[in-house]
Amino acid sequence: MTAAVEITGVTKRFDDVVAVDDIDLTIADGEFFAMLGPSGCGKTTTLRMIAGLEFPTEGSLQIFGEEVGTLPPNKRPVNTVFQNYALFPHMNLLENVGFGLKMKGVAKPETTQRALAAIELVQLGGMEKRRPNQLSGGQQQRVALARALVNEPKVLLLDEPLGALDLKLRQEMQGELKSLQRDLGVSFVFVTHDQEEALTMSDRIAVMDQGKLLQVGTPEEIYERPANRFVADFIGQTNLLEGTVADATTVVLENGTRVAAASDHAAGTKVALSLRPERANLATRDAAPSDGAGIDGTVAGITYLGNALVYRVALDWMEVEVRDENRPNADRLNAGDPVRVIWEPGAVAVVAE
Amino acid sequence: MTAAATPEFEVANERNKRRRGLFMALPAYLYLILFFALPLIIVVVYSFATRNRFGGTDLSGWNLEAYAKLGEPIVRDILFRSLWLAILTTIICLLFAYPFAYFLATRSQIVRNLMLVFVMIPFWSNFLVRNYAWRVLLGNDGPVSRLTENIGLGETTILFTPTAVVLGLVYGFLPFMILPLYASIERMDWSLIEASRDLGATGIQTFRNVTFPLSLPGVIAGSILVFIPSLGAYVTPEILGGAKTTLLGSYIVTQFLTARNWPVGASVSTVLMVVMLAATLVYFRKGGRTL
Ligand SMILES: Nc1ncnc2c1ncn2[C@@H]1O[C@H](COP(=O)(O)OP(=O)(O)O)[C@@H](O)[C@H]1O
Ligand SMILES: [Mg+2]
Repeated sequence: MTAAVEITGVTKRFDDVVAVDDIDLTIADGEFFAMLGPSGCGKTTTLRMIAGLEFPTEGSLQIFGEEVGTLPPNKRPVNTVFQNYALFPHMNLLENVGFGLKMKGVAKPETTQRALAAIELVQLGGMEKRRPNQLSGGQQQRVALARALVNEPKVLLLDEPLGALDLKLRQEMQGELKSLQRDLGVSFVFVTHDQEEALTMSDRIAVMDQGKLLQVGTPEEIYERPANRFVADFIGQTNLLEGTVADATTVVLENGTRVAAASDHAAGTKVALSLRPERANLATRDAAPSDGAGIDGTVAGITYLGNALVYRVALDWMEVEVRDENRPNADRLNAGDPVRVIWEPGAVAVVAE
Repeated sequence: MTAAATPEFEVANERNKRRRGLFMALPAYLYLILFFALPLIIVVVYSFATRNRFGGTDLSGWNLEAYAKLGEPIVRDILFRSLWLAILTTIICLLFAYPFAYFLATRSQIVRNLMLVFVMIPFWSNFLVRNYAWRVLLGNDGPVSRLTENIGLGETTILFTPTAVVLGLVYGFLPFMILPLYASIERMDWSLIEASRDLGATGIQTFRNVTFPLSLPGVIAGSILVFIPSLGAYVTPEILGGAKTTLLGSYIVTQFLTARNWPVGASVSTVLMVVMLAATLVYFRKGGRTL
C-alpha cells in the first residue's frame, strides 16, 4: 500500500533558521498521526510543507506516491484546519464550508447540499446563515473542520486545532475528532504540543525537537521505550537518574548503586535511567529489592492529588518523585520517614542524550 | 454579575466622565460652529436668495431660481463633466494604487516605511507649485513633449485638455488612495489567503473571492477620499485645464467673484456639498473602519 505521506530527507530553512532538519517520515493511509513537540520545534512548518504552503529547501515529499515538492496548495489532495481557524469573516457559515467546492466549479445545488451535510456532520445544523464572528471558539473550530472535510481530502492536516479551547471542550472534541477519523478512514496529521492529547488520540506519534525528528512510534512505544532523554522527559513525567553503562545489562548510578537495566549502549556511555513516578514504589529500608534495585532516601514532601499521592523522596544526590494510588487503608508515609525506592524489573528505560 | 443593574456609583462616574469630556471639547466645538457650520449655513441661505441689479444679494423674497439655473445646458454640462472627470480620476487612482498598496503590504517593515515616506514626499512641497511644475513638464516645449518627439511619437499636446486635468488630479490625489488601501490590505489576515489556496482556489480565484472583498473598506475609503476633492477641485483644472474645460470649482469662483451672482454660486456649492455628504455617509458606513 502506498503511504499517504512520504517525507524523505526534508529540510526547511528560513534564511539562517533551520526550522525542519533532515526529516524522514512515513504516514500510512487511514492513520491518526500526531506530531508532537515543544513550541518552535518545526511541527507547523512540516505540516505547511505537506499542505504546500511552504516548500522544502531540500528533500522529497510525496503524497500517495506523487512528488509534490513545489506543487501549489490548490493542486494537492489535502486540506488544513488552521491553528486560528482562518474562517472567512465576510462569508456566512454555508459559504465558508462551500468555498472549496465552489472554487472547484462544483454546481451550486450540489455545493449547497454537500456543505449542509458537512455542517450537519459537525453538529452545527441550523446555523448556516451565521457569520464566523457570531460563533463561539468551539463552533468556529467545527466550521473549520467541516470546511476542510467537505472537499474529501485524502489527508487532513490539523494544526493544534484544540489549542484555543478550554479543557472540557477540548476533551470532548478529542473524542469526536478521533471517532470522525475512524469513520472517514482518512489520514489525520495532527499537530500538538500537548503530550497527553497526542497519547490519547493517536495511532502513531512523531516526537520533534529543534527541527529534528527524535522518535516515531505508537503511544506505547514512545512512553515505554523512549529513544532518548528528551523524549523520556517530554512524554509524561519521569525521574532521570544519571549513570554510566557498565555492561549490556547493568547501569551504575552516580552513587555507585548497580541497577539491572538492559541497553545496547557501549560500556562507559553516560546515560540516564528513566523511572516513571507510577512505576516506582516506596518500601521500608529493609526491603529486598526484587532484582531491579533499591535506593535509600527520605520522604521530603507529599503532594495530595486526590486520586493519587506524589512523594518527593530525597536521595543522597538528587530528589525523585514516586506516585502512589490513593488507596483507602494504606499507611501514609510522612515527611522525614526513611524509605527505600524500589521498582519491578524492566520498569526503567535507559536513555542517552 | 452579568445582567445585574449597573451600580449607582458607576452610573455617576460615567456621567461625570462625560461632563468633563464635553468641557474639554468646548473650544473645538466653538471653533467648528464659528468657522465651519456658520459659513455653511450662510451659503445654503444665500442659495435661496435673489441677485439684485447691482450685483448684490437681496436677503428677501426667497426662491429656487438659483437651483433652476442648474438645469441650464451650460451648467449641466459643467456638472456632468466634473462628475465624469472625478469618477475617471478615482478609477485611474484605484487601478494604480491597488497593485502598489498590495506590493507595499507584502514587503518587510523597513521597505514599507521607506516606501510610505516616498508616497508622502510630494506633500512636502506646495500643491500649487506642483501643479505649475506639471504645466512646465507638459508645455509645448516641455520635457515630455520633447521626449515623445525624439522617440517619434510627435508632439505632446495634452496641456489645457481634460486629459491634463485628470493627469494632474491623479498625481495629486493618488496618495489618498494608496494609504487607506495599504492600511486595509496590511491588516488583512494572511492566513485567510492561505486557507483559500488550501481549499483549492487558484491565485486569481483567491483574489476575487477573498483578498479583494476583504480590502473593500479600503477601496471605498480611498475612492471617496479621491472622489470628493476631485469633484470640487479648483487649482488643478485652473492651471492644467483649458478655458474649454471649466469645472465646478472654477464655475463657483466665477459666479461669486466675476459674475457676482452669489445665489447661483451658493446653489452649486450646496449641491456639491450634498453629493459629498452622501459620499461621506457611504464612507462611514462601509469604509470608515480603515482610517
Ligand atoms: N516564515 C518564517 N520565517 C522565519 N522563520 C520561521 C518562519 N516560520 C517558522 N519559522 C521558524 O521556524 C521554527 C519552527 O517553527 P514552527 O514550525 O512554527 O514551530 P512549531 O509549530 O513547532 O511551534 C521556529 O524557530 C520559527 O521561528
Ligand atoms: Mg505551530
